[in-house]
Amino acid sequence: MNVAIVKYNAGNILSVTYALERLGVSPVVTDDIELLQKADHVIFPGVGEASTAMRYLNERNLDSVIKNLEQPVLGICLGMQLLCSYSEENDTTCLSVFDERVVSFLPNGTDKIPQVGWNTISNYSSDLFKGLTQNAYCYFVHGYYAALGPDTVATTNYILPYSAALQKNNFYGVQFHPEKSATVGEKILQNFLDI
Amino acid sequence: MLAKRIIACLDIKNGRTVKGINFENIRDAGDPVELGGFYAAAGIDELVFLDITATNEKRKTLADLAKKIAAVINIPFTVGGGVASVEDVRVLLQNGADKIAVNSAAFKNPSLVASLAKEFGSQCIVVAIDTKQEADGEWYVYLNGGTVPTSTTCLSWAKQAASLGAGEILLTSMNHDGTKAGFALDITATIAKAVSIPVIASGGGGTMAHFEDVFKAGAADAALAASIFHFKEIEVPALKSFLLNKGLPIRL
Repeated sequence: MNVAIVKYNAGNILSVTYALERLGVSPVVTDDIELLQKADHVIFPGVGEASTAMRYLNERNLDSVIKNLEQPVLGICLGMQLLCSYSEENDTTCLSVFDERVVSFLPNGTDKIPQVGWNTISNYSSDLFKGLTQNAYCYFVHGYYAALGPDTVATTNYILPYSAALQKNNFYGVQFHPEKSATVGEKILQNFLDI
Repeated sequence: MLAKRIIACLDIKNGRTVKGINFENIRDAGDPVELGGFYAAAGIDELVFLDITATNEKRKTLADLAKKIAAVINIPFTVGGGVASVEDVRVLLQNGADKIAVNSAAFKNPSLVASLAKEFGSQCIVVAIDTKQEADGEWYVYLNGGTVPTSTTCLSWAKQAASLGAGEILLTSMNHDGTKAGFALDITATIAKAVSIPVIASGGGGTMAHFEDVFKAGAADAALAASIFHFKEIEVPALKSFLLNKGLPIRL
């Protein structure tokens, strides 16, 4: 299977590569437009800051390439947020694959921001979660979240309910890190590769 | 609901785990990768690899180790020990570490915390603080593995570190470390309530009830231990079931 990981100025690409290798897949990490377009599956990872990442993608024309991909695409964490319409993080216009907006958690006096750690996901409505029991634990690290919307296919509750995962046509996005979510994450990555 | 985290800490010297670890079903308990994999399979929520090597080759050894761990371990892990610069952190993150712990270097040069947060994001910057309660009742910061006292209180440094952009505080009580008499509930609760970032309590965990206490009375977001796990005095699955039964949010 030919899997491409989008190479850009965001961290954590190595961890995603290794997670796929543990599933028996050797991904190519690339910003080559042709290689991305030819891949069977594309993963758009990311840890970092939205406006810097978008600027990098825009400068290399990767913005239009990514949003026009036709094979299954999985955005992870910042990658998922960049597939949304807009991020409050430094007032950033994003790729508008998903209709949802990304906003900042607001302090409620008890919960810490950013959210760091294992939280449960539920209300699955995507093949990504095939075979998982409700309230599976996944690993999250984020201060911004995608609000609930028409593309929401799994929810999480932290301060308020929000989108743990989004899906629209061939585009999938997860706020958590499947590559760091133990066997639950491995199942989700395998489900994505099986799509 | 966000789970309370249980973290195992492995001390590393020259690429090998130290602190007489006693495991029957592990082929090479001195291999940090194999031991880390064992804990991950047992349900530990995170791992911390703390390098105590003191050589010039250290940075490269630690980076090589991070890469080996990242290849095998499917949960988050932190690397620390002598990390002193933006470049040190960059190398470790590029080699697959999820978070980096900084201790003495951050205290001596607080702007390092701000630089790291700006460059890599707060989420991967753990400020580790070794603290000791003195005769005057106050908790002070200690440096260089707890060997060098300072006149700065733990509370003031923790608040400063958080405001500079630290993503988490790893708080070790030197009074409690190694005693197995329980975590330092008072200073842990003080810090956890004073900062808006997660606090990892370390030092003193000896029974399962100590973990319940540090999550409830200590208001900790995570609890870290080393030898009680290494010597199997407490097994991770049993600990997690115990805490779940006590009404705490725990990932099983």
